Amino acid sequence: MVTSRRKFIKISALGVGGITLSASAVNLLASNPLLDAAAKKNLAKKLSRTATYCEVCFWKCAAWAYTDEEGDIKKVIGNDDDPHCNGRLCPRGTGGLGMYSDEDRLKTPLIRTTINGEETYREASWEEALDLIAEKFTEIKQKYGPESFALLKHGSPGSHLEHLFKAYGSDTIAEPAYAQCRGPRETGFGLTFGSWVGSPEPTDIRDTKCLVLIGSHIGENMHNTQVQEMSDAIDNGATIITVDPRFSTAASKSSHWLPIKPATDIALLLSWMHVLIEEELYNKKYVEKYAIGFDELKAHVKPFTPEWAYGITTIKPESIRETARLMAAAAPATIIHPGRHVTWYGDDSQRERAIAILNGLLGSWGNRGGFYFKEKISIPKYPHPAYPEPKWGWHEIGEQYPFAEMGNTSEVVKATIPNEDNPYPIKAWMIAGTNLINTLPQREQTLEAINALEFLVVVDTMPMEITGYADVVLPECTYLERYDGIRSATNRHPSIAVRIPAVKPKYNSKPAWWISKQIGDRIGLGDYFNYNDFEEVIEWQLNKMGTSLDEMKKIGVKNFERTSGPLFLEEGQDYEFGTPSGKIEFYSQQLADLGFDPMPVYTHHPQPPQGFYRLNYGRSPMHTFSRTINNPYLSDLKSENTLWVNPKVARILDLKKDQPVWLKNQDGILSAFPIKVRVTERIRWDSVYMYHGFGHNNKKLTRAFGKGASDAELISKIVVDPLMGGTGLRGNFVSILTEDPHKNTKV
Amino acid sequence: MRYAMVIDTLKCVGCSDCVVACQTENNVPHGYCRDWVTEAVSGSYPNLELELRSERCNHCANPPCVRCCPTGASHVIEGGIVLVTADQCIGCGACIESCPYDARYQHPDGYVDKCTFCHHRLEKGQLPACVSVCPTKCMYFGDLDDPNSEISQLLKNRKYKTLSPEAGTDPHVFYLI
Repeated sequence: MVTSRRKFIKISALGVGGITLSASAVNLLASNPLLDAAAKKNLAKKLSRTATYCEVCFWKCAAWAYTDEEGDIKKVIGNDDDPHCNGRLCPRGTGGLGMYSDEDRLKTPLIRTTINGEETYREASWEEALDLIAEKFTEIKQKYGPESFALLKHGSPGSHLEHLFKAYGSDTIAEPAYAQCRGPRETGFGLTFGSWVGSPEPTDIRDTKCLVLIGSHIGENMHNTQVQEMSDAIDNGATIITVDPRFSTAASKSSHWLPIKPATDIALLLSWMHVLIEEELYNKKYVEKYAIGFDELKAHVKPFTPEWAYGITTIKPESIRETARLMAAAAPATIIHPGRHVTWYGDDSQRERAIAILNGLLGSWGNRGGFYFKEKISIPKYPHPAYPEPKWGWHEIGEQYPFAEMGNTSEVVKATIPNEDNPYPIKAWMIAGTNLINTLPQREQTLEAINALEFLVVVDTMPMEITGYADVVLPECTYLERYDGIRSATNRHPSIAVRIPAVKPKYNSKPAWWISKQIGDRIGLGDYFNYNDFEEVIEWQLNKMGTSLDEMKKIGVKNFERTSGPLFLEEGQDYEFGTPSGKIEFYSQQLADLGFDPMPVYTHHPQPPQGFYRLNYGRSPMHTFSRTINNPYLSDLKSENTLWVNPKVARILDLKKDQPVWLKNQDGILSAFPIKVRVTERIRWDSVYMYHGFGHNNKKLTRAFGKGASDAELISKIVVDPLMGGTGLRGNFVSILTEDPHKNTKV
Repeated sequence: MRYAMVIDTLKCVGCSDCVVACQTENNVPHGYCRDWVTEAVSGSYPNLELELRSERCNHCANPPCVRCCPTGASHVIEGGIVLVTADQCIGCGACIESCPYDARYQHPDGYVDKCTFCHHRLEKGQLPACVSVCPTKCMYFGDLDDPNSEISQLLKNRKYKTLSPEAGTDPHVFYLI
């Protein structure tokens, strides 16, 4: 095997000039002022709408795509009947048509090749690309078994490919959304309440009297329903308490902002429990009826006074007491929000346990203004033969993490790096809808694994960094151009939404369902894809659910009655939680049995040494992960990230607003591109902050290339959650360089 | 009839959805905008305040842009909406200079463009695109002359301000504070 064959190649866009030209000619026409007024009047009358649901983030808001007579998408508007959005999309959803109109899109299948000793891509027909992929599927299965072919995925395309992989015999499937994002909270809440939080979160924010955000920046993360409901809560005069080292947007809406020292959250949570229990403010009736382990918890938190926590968190004892009393006064209509991206310091499942226990003490789970009992509707399975039983899969690869409930991408990466002791060797990857280069920490490890692969195929709509490492690149069409599975997600009541193509796929791109079926047909799995068009699958499913594709095309969203019972507990109602004891488990016997702390404890995490600042990162409301930075509409809103620096730090380092700086982390890793300084009081002096997802290094992303710095490339140190394998990403420190460290290096 | 917009800064999260909605609704070319979001931070860590404001043409009752327009392209229509007729505009830029809110831009095709309160939507009984899309519902639109309208009620019951009142333009975008 030639090891250098995996080097990053800038995706070629040759051979599509004709298409690009004609597209820009249409754009010119569209912005002609004289035509503008007349056209607007006409277009207003002639726009037709198609039901879809958004794929710019994971919230999946149902929407209408408005298309003109020329077949061009003009706007995307939320569906009024959808409980995810109530007719209002977020900026990313409103800008969703940019995914479709982006002229940098992947346009045709590409195959890695060598010409005159130089590696490059050549354009290929779908037939040729799919034949090659099918051949590799067969070869991997023969040589190593299907388990050695891994699927790493995110979003709607992932589910089509998951079906292909399971039919093929591989359950080696993972997504960064678990171990790099929300996994710990599902474990923490699962251990406590016997139920995942899930998505969208069943937080009754609109009716809450006290919303506590600890590391959750609602409003900057545009999780649509939650942003809308937080706004309702503000209207209703709810108390908002925000714990964040940064003065986030949510902090600015809060009556109490607790500017906590980073990495000390568990100390604050324990101290809040101490106050609730010592001052007997907890919900006694609820705890008595529904919880076990209270006495153990009481003894456990006795030493964790606000004065103890002050020394750790820098939050004043009177603030801790006051906020605990406010939570208790509003209880059970109090929410300590579980957060979403919760992989911070490696003890994240335990931090989430602390959040869950706090909610349990206040009685918010199952009470109005707290957490409601969510409900979704199950989509009938389109008939197919049973999946074969794989010899091993994601579970075995991550078996050292007893509470992992989904595939762990980092473990799949590790199992790909050749090692004689590895019982689960992985030889090939398929990646769909996730730019692993900017998603995973420890980039060197990711690249080492990629280098060791025998075959890598990437499915994406855009020339993301990861595509440059592929053997075969498949251009997926955007969500506005394809059918996808029916959306059913947890909510106050069940609802379904459909995604219908608003226009034909641009260029030579194809939907993921088609790609999966084509590969399946080629490798003898045709029985699993018993349809010509995915439309037939949806039609069949909708008919089983008492509706039809025709009806859904007209309404987009269908709401159903609840059948699982009321949203909240009734007074004195018996209720069995999904835990082994059937109770809310303050003390976890499951954890104790496996040698873990049965109740959360505070452990000290390293603080930045002299000359270094903690690297904090988060969401900008205009962007999702690294996937939208090149979107023409969203790039207009925010084209690069900046480095938030406290004025005191700026003074010491003599930094000026908009000055370009480079970052160097504790392991000597440098940012590839400069990032501009933003001097702001909104950040502590021991930390810097940047929006996630910027600093793209593929030139084919013409708007995103080289704009800002990538936080992901600077995250080389992680602490792994021993319960579920989540990778703690917030323990990296950077120093700020004012001179270009790359200027003497040939790139 | 006197159209006005009321924006609740206590609810705005500065997401800029209003900006994209305007861009797609009104075919605003990439790189330009008719509305934008301003962030104002005051105080020092940790005693801080942050105000987020969606800003646009204020559709002033006393609009300097209309007064200084040499061709009459900038004009006021029913409801007090200030508009620019593209094919009468010679792109001299006097209105851009005179606007205290920096609300106008030169369209790449040579004329001056700005917020219209989406009057083409109002004609169909719809709200301006920015108002209709705002996820926090922090933007309100209506008739200031109607004492029972939502905006009149909000201005009656809440503290508010306008931008640059010293300019004497009598702006019709109000910010609840």
